Amino acid sequence: MSWGFLCDLLSGVNKYSTGVGRIWVAIVFMFRLLVYVAAAENIWKYEHDEFECNIKQPGCENVCFDYFFPVSHIRLWALQLIMVSSPSLLVVFHVAYRQNREKHHNQKLYRNPGEIDGGLLCTYLISLILKTGFEIVFLVLFYKLYNGFKIPHLLKCDIRPCPNTVDCYISKPTEKMIFLYFLVATSCLCIILNLSELSYLICKYSQKCYLNRYMKKQQ
Amino acid sequence: MDWGALHTILGGVNKHSTSIGKIWLTVLFIFRIMILVVAAEKVWGDEQKDFVCNTLQPGCRNVCYDHFFPISHIRLWALQLIFVSTPALLVAMHVAYRRHEKKRQFRKGNQKCEYKDIEEIRRQRFHIEGSLWWTYTSSIFFRLIFEAVFMYAFYFMYDGFRMPRLMKCSAWPCPNTVDCFVSRPTEKTVFTIFMIAVSSICILLNVAELCYLLTKFFLRRSKKAGNSKQQPNHENKEETKQNEMNELISDSCQNTVIGFSS
Repeated sequence: MSWGFLCDLLSGVNKYSTGVGRIWVAIVFMFRLLVYVAAAENIWKYEHDEFECNIKQPGCENVCFDYFFPVSHIRLWALQLIMVSSPSLLVVFHVAYRQNREKHHNQKLYRNPGEIDGGLLCTYLISLILKTGFEIVFLVLFYKLYNGFKIPHLLKCDIRPCPNTVDCYISKPTEKMIFLYFLVATSCLCIILNLSELSYLICKYSQKCYLNRYMKKQQ
Repeated sequence: MDWGALHTILGGVNKHSTSIGKIWLTVLFIFRIMILVVAAEKVWGDEQKDFVCNTLQPGCRNVCYDHFFPISHIRLWALQLIFVSTPALLVAMHVAYRRHEKKRQFRKGNQKCEYKDIEEIRRQRFHIEGSLWWTYTSSIFFRLIFEAVFMYAFYFMYDGFRMPRLMKCSAWPCPNTVDCFVSRPTEKTVFTIFMIAVSSICILLNVAELCYLLTKFFLRRSKKAGNSKQQPNHENKEETKQNEMNELISDSCQNTVIGFSS
């Protein structure tokens, strides 16, 4: 029970997505999930062990590490992946609800329960807005927690029990920074995809609505 | 045997759950089990190794760690998730028992059972009525009790949901009061609050499901009481008719076991 579960979930969602939505799922799989599991996890694996301070005072390293990394980058990344994938469940639930209704009434109520129209369109749009919202929230969180997207080589720490200002060194700062930029870039790409899908759906259905109204007027 | 096995078992129960039950199951798997496996386990991974005490006295660190963390958060959560998932097995067992009975009837060649083949029995979805309603409601009740007990156990054992940075320890063999420092206290506090918040959401979902089931039960009873007062050839609504037919079929299948005629 791990990321495979999320993969199954997203594959299920793929069925009811638009073309842009499928590109979004592919990007999340290949450039975020796979990169996270295959590379990023290992970079941050020994972050605490390899965090060294120029002092022998017991407890100083623990306290300084906790001060500079209240929540580790890698945990925020994992939470971001989970939260950003969850709104797609709304669409899955709605389709399941439609299929249940058809079974309950024993008649065909919808042309295709998975087709994005009516109530399902609203649910889909809400899920897109939520996904974009979560992406932005996490990017802002990253920026605020770590004063930008840079990872310094050296941090100065003077919290008790450190007796005075102490130099602390982070392990693999450059590699972490590269992957952090990668995370930010893929997040921004996903935000752009979500926004374009949102505008595409709104344009398509406004057009449909307008045409229907026009046809009715003609009649 | 791991969390995947639990997913397989509970996935079967999902078919016979209410909509709120399905949402609860999703929240359980995505926001609790998955978070536990991919994030929380790593945060607590080095908890003893990086628990540092300001002393060179051998054994002091071990004793202090054991004093402050009698059972680790991560183990308590794992236990909580297992206990909270277990009542759903009651429903799974009840459904399996019903299916078994129907399969037996089918194999005996009983004409009163209307299934075409074994596969249809296997695929059939049971409505939450009759004895299954009682089993389902009891499982929700037990879930609520377990959630509440574990939340209280957390609060009681760790004096709240915050993880302190510094703990003062004077257990033997530490020579005097010694400062001990926990690793990643802020991250641990964040995850503890997250897990408690999701537990609370699950409790709310369970309460909502319980209310929904009770409301449905009383509505059905009042409908039946209303229907029995009307004339026999009065046309009932389709749903009530279908429900009654379902009950008759299941009752007739069970009655033939005991040897009564329907």
